[in-house]
Order: sequence, then structure tokens, then C-alpha cells
Amino acid sequence: MRKTKSAFIGVVILFAVWMMLTDTSRQEVLFGAGTAILIVLLFHRKLSVLEDVKLTPKSLVFMVRYLFVFMWELLKSNLDVALRVIKPALPINPGIVKVKTSLKSPLGRAFLANSITLTPGTLTVEMKGDFFYIHWIDVTTDNIEGATGSIVSKFEKYLEVIFG
Amino acid sequence: MELFGSILTLIGSVVLFLGALGIVRMPDVYNRMQAGTKATTLGTVLFLVGIALGHAECGCFGKILILIIFVLATNPVSSSALARAAHSAGIKLTERSVKDDLKNDKETGDMR
Repeated sequence: MRKTKSAFIGVVILFAVWMMLTDTSRQEVLFGAGTAILIVLLFHRKLSVLEDVKLTPKSLVFMVRYLFVFMWELLKSNLDVALRVIKPALPINPGIVKVKTSLKSPLGRAFLANSITLTPGTLTVEMKGDFFYIHWIDVTTDNIEGATGSIVSKFEKYLEVIFG
Repeated sequence: MELFGSILTLIGSVVLFLGALGIVRMPDVYNRMQAGTKATTLGTVLFLVGIALGHAECGCFGKILILIIFVLATNPVSSSALARAAHSAGIKLTERSVKDDLKNDKETGDMR
């Protein structure tokens, strides 16, 4: 069952990329679908990383919501860093803080670390066990819990539902 | 629509300019990476969306979507790897830094 699911996700991703690159004539669609299925059949052993994705209706809704939350955070924090750069006094308060994640799946953790790095102001420097070391441009708290609350939690509650 | 696309492209280039300004103004390598690699993500995304809207007749939405996904997927990996390498090489944080949990943990042997 898990193998079938990861194979299905693999086919969907490959086919979506193919459709974005070509037009929608019939032979293009057929050839793309055939090639996607062939590739997944050849490489299904390597696709186990996709097994962590849940395909329930709730997780699909959360994927879309996560996309919007992520875009909003990206815009907000870009504006924040841009303002810091423009101000003559350069109001930064940098440091490397340690945060704890409760996500277990490797793919979920990869998504979390990438999301943290993509939002300006925070940059994942190192991962070790359950802990991320994050360079933060404006350190406001001194303890692990506070930093986890303000950096990780906003993404984690969505990724928890999507990846488990 | 073409006007809207041009405005988005303009905003994208302003964001890219602020990123470049950040590289000049920030005090150490980590803060430069904050300004230099993150502003380019939003700048490039806005730029590409602007092109897609401004030249809707070329039918290249799909290709531009793929470009955006690749930028979003690869940019954080490279900047994270660079920051990690810089920290392993012993490059110090600026004096204005508040704390360095990673260095403390490395020294006390909490890491590896």
C-alpha cells in the first residue's frame, strides 16, 4: 500500500512537470503519461522518501493552506529585512539559536528547514537530532522554547498534518 | 495585464537591488547570506511572475512555474550549505551578535 502510494505520487509529479513543459495535444499527453509510469516502475525502490506524504482530504487542504501561509511569511519577512537594510542605523540583533522540532519524517524536516531558510531573517545552519541551529537576524528570546515558538511553530502545525 | 506584469517585474528588481544593498551593508558572512540569498528568492519569483503576466501570449506559464519551483527548492539548500560550511570553517559572527548556541554546543561536546 505504501509502495503504491509513493508510486502514485511519483507519477503525478512527473506527469505534472511534463504537462507544464509541453502543450496539451493528445500524443504529448499519452507519451508523457507512458514515460512517467515507465520511470516510476523502473525506480520504485528509490521512491520510499515519498511514503511520508499523507493523501487524506485534510492533508490536501492543509497543503494549499501551507502554500498561502508560506507565501505570506515570505512577503512579510522580506519587507522586514528590506526595512532593516534601508535604515541607516542597521537595526540588527543577530545570533544563532537552537530550536526543537517535533516532526519525525525526514521529508517533513527537509521541508521545514527549507521553509525556515526561505523566510528571510532566519537561516538554518545545522541539523542535529531533533534540534535545528538557526541564524536569526533579530534574536528576541533567550531560551529554546521561545525561539521554537516564534520560528518553527507557524510552519510545523501544517507540516505535521501533511507529513505526520 | 501587460502593465501589471511590468509593475511586478519592477518590484522584483527593487527587491533584488535591496538584496545587493544588504550584501554591502551587513557586517558578517551570515547576515550577508540573509540579505543576499533570501531577497533574490522573492525578487526572482516576482520577476518571473511579471514576465509570465506581461507576455501571456507566449503560453509559458508552465515553464515559468517550473522555474519558480526550482528556485524555491534549490536556493535554501545552497545558502544553508554555505552557512554550515562557514561555521565549520570557524568564521566568527559579528561582535553585535547576541548568542551562538551552535558554537557553545560544539565546545561542550553536545554536538558529535
